[in-house]
Amino acid sequence: MEMIDKIVNWLDERTGLKEPLIKMATHLVPPGAKWHYVFGTAVLTSFIVQVVTGVALSTTYLPSAGVAHQSIWYISTQAPFGAVLRGMHFFGASAMILFAGIHMIRVYITGSYKYPRELNWLSGVVLLFLTLAMGFTGQVLRWDQTAIWTVAVGAEQAFRMPVFGKLLVQIFLSGVTIGSETLSHFFALHVFVFPGILVAMIGLHLWLVLHNGISEPPVVGEPVDPKTYKEKYDAMLKQIGRPFWPDAAWRDIVFSTLVVIGVLALALYFGPPHIEKPPDPSIVNAEPRPDWYLVWYFAILALLPHKAENWVIILFPVFLGVALLAVPFLSNRGERSFRRRPWAVGIVVCVLASMGALTVEGFKQPWTPNFSAKPLTQDIIGATSGPVYDGGQVFNSRGCLYCHSISGHGGQRGPDLTDVSNRLTHDQIVIKIINGGYNMPAYAGNITPKELEDISAFLDSRKAP
Amino acid sequence: MTNSNEELKVQPNCCNDGPKILPDWKRVFVSRQDFLKLVGLALSGLMAMLIAIPGVAFVLNYLFVPSRPAWIKIGAVGKFKEGETVPVEFEDPYSLPWDGVSGNRTAWLRRVEDDNFLAFAINCTHLGCPVRWEAGAELFMCPCHGGVFYSNGDVAAGPPPFPMHRYPVRVSNGQVEIEVGPVLTEG
Repeated sequence: MEMIDKIVNWLDERTGLKEPLIKMATHLVPPGAKWHYVFGTAVLTSFIVQVVTGVALSTTYLPSAGVAHQSIWYISTQAPFGAVLRGMHFFGASAMILFAGIHMIRVYITGSYKYPRELNWLSGVVLLFLTLAMGFTGQVLRWDQTAIWTVAVGAEQAFRMPVFGKLLVQIFLSGVTIGSETLSHFFALHVFVFPGILVAMIGLHLWLVLHNGISEPPVVGEPVDPKTYKEKYDAMLKQIGRPFWPDAAWRDIVFSTLVVIGVLALALYFGPPHIEKPPDPSIVNAEPRPDWYLVWYFAILALLPHKAENWVIILFPVFLGVALLAVPFLSNRGERSFRRRPWAVGIVVCVLASMGALTVEGFKQPWTPNFSAKPLTQDIIGATSGPVYDGGQVFNSRGCLYCHSISGHGGQRGPDLTDVSNRLTHDQIVIKIINGGYNMPAYAGNITPKELEDISAFLDSRKAP
Repeated sequence: MTNSNEELKVQPNCCNDGPKILPDWKRVFVSRQDFLKLVGLALSGLMAMLIAIPGVAFVLNYLFVPSRPAWIKIGAVGKFKEGETVPVEFEDPYSLPWDGVSGNRTAWLRRVEDDNFLAFAINCTHLGCPVRWEAGAELFMCPCHGGVFYSNGDVAAGPPPFPMHRYPVRVSNGQVEIEVGPVLTEG
């Protein structure tokens, strides 16, 4: 021990860091900051997992369009410890996004963003966007089929921007086409640019936490008044404040340890995320999908009224950014407790419910033609010859099945036709087939008169007993 | 000597928040300290630009690559049957030697009749996903959000705002050729 003391003192004489570090570790915090205050540290811990596993991955990963997919495949299936390492990088990213979201909701619900912590909130919003940008660029680095089509989808959205659309696409792709330049630029963003800004913003965020202190749990009827808040806060700390280390830190550390164990366990159990087919855009049977945390947005883009689309694609991300950044400017004083802020609670509940519902729909994607739908069997068709039987075959072969279900076979895009003739007359059915509708092609040019007769006979026979 | 007197007068009483970082703009050619502040700031700015401009210019150099649309041979006319839509593969004229399979592209080619061909970019005009030709239904269908197109590329159903993007096609010496430009930047 004496030896350690000697070393510490030798260093302190030359750096002067001992006192400020001890002060930082033992700064006073409100005693009520308990388990719901651990999520920020969990984000930081997840970020550290990402830095370590990311640096390790970069020793083998090759950011070249021709071989990136192979190097990921090698890491995931051949390289010793590769599978668990990539798994940790994936689940670490998921943890970072998840806990950043929970942390933000906690801060919002407890009104901790109010005076004097407005900049804590703003730097946090920037950190959230950077985290999502890291997730998106990371998904592209997998450079599998999904990655390149994800880039194509991103490019098409950028293209909707008036005037600057083309320029935005070129910047997004780093050129006019998806290729090596795209991948290397995404790589530079993912491993140098974004992490650099992230580290700087984390530094600022932590400095602000120390400077403004951890917010005390809100009390009903004690609104924030910028004129008196700091005085009251300091007096409260002097009276009942506890040193951060160890009185509050132990909870952060216990929770973060669980997070790390969770990430490692998930990585060991599930392994790294599946790598799709090679990034060959000539393979036409691709079904691009974003990672889980953006599936809700993918669903929005599918469910929008078509006419609203251009507006939403451009304005929704802008709205999201502006809304989040505006929060501390709209209400930086007043009640902090959620009991006196019904709108805040309502907003959180609505946002979570919508995102949840959209995510569920996004994974089911009923709007997608079901290309692997099983053809109607003879049992379902209920005839072995004649117009009804032939009509059933037309239903199978002309693509009706991809979007319409009959007796559990088929897709979800269009209405279920199991008992369609209870709802529509023969003529209505024929008109619908010929003219199509909002989401249905007009089959007038794609079907022969005989086929039309058969399929309408078949559909006429679909009724509830 | 007047200089140091001045500093003694100005500096300590200047303001309550300690020494100023920025020069007093009115005095930059009068006071040595204010002049040095100006020089320091100006040179720092210049230095930052000298470092940043070449770096940023290189990162954005793709904006200065000339466009190079090219006529690409995709096969003899006789290979394609009238009334059929088939996928044809080719190499992106913009691809780099180390692109590997990422440089491959597919277009949908339809021989309407004789030398009358239609060539479509594979990307859905909704969000760019690869559309599939469903021969039974005689429709292009998109796996992402359910966009559907007729065999001539017109929108049949779903969210796509435009018909499918068409490549110019020509027949030259019995070979079908398509002219490929940058697809994603043309909608």
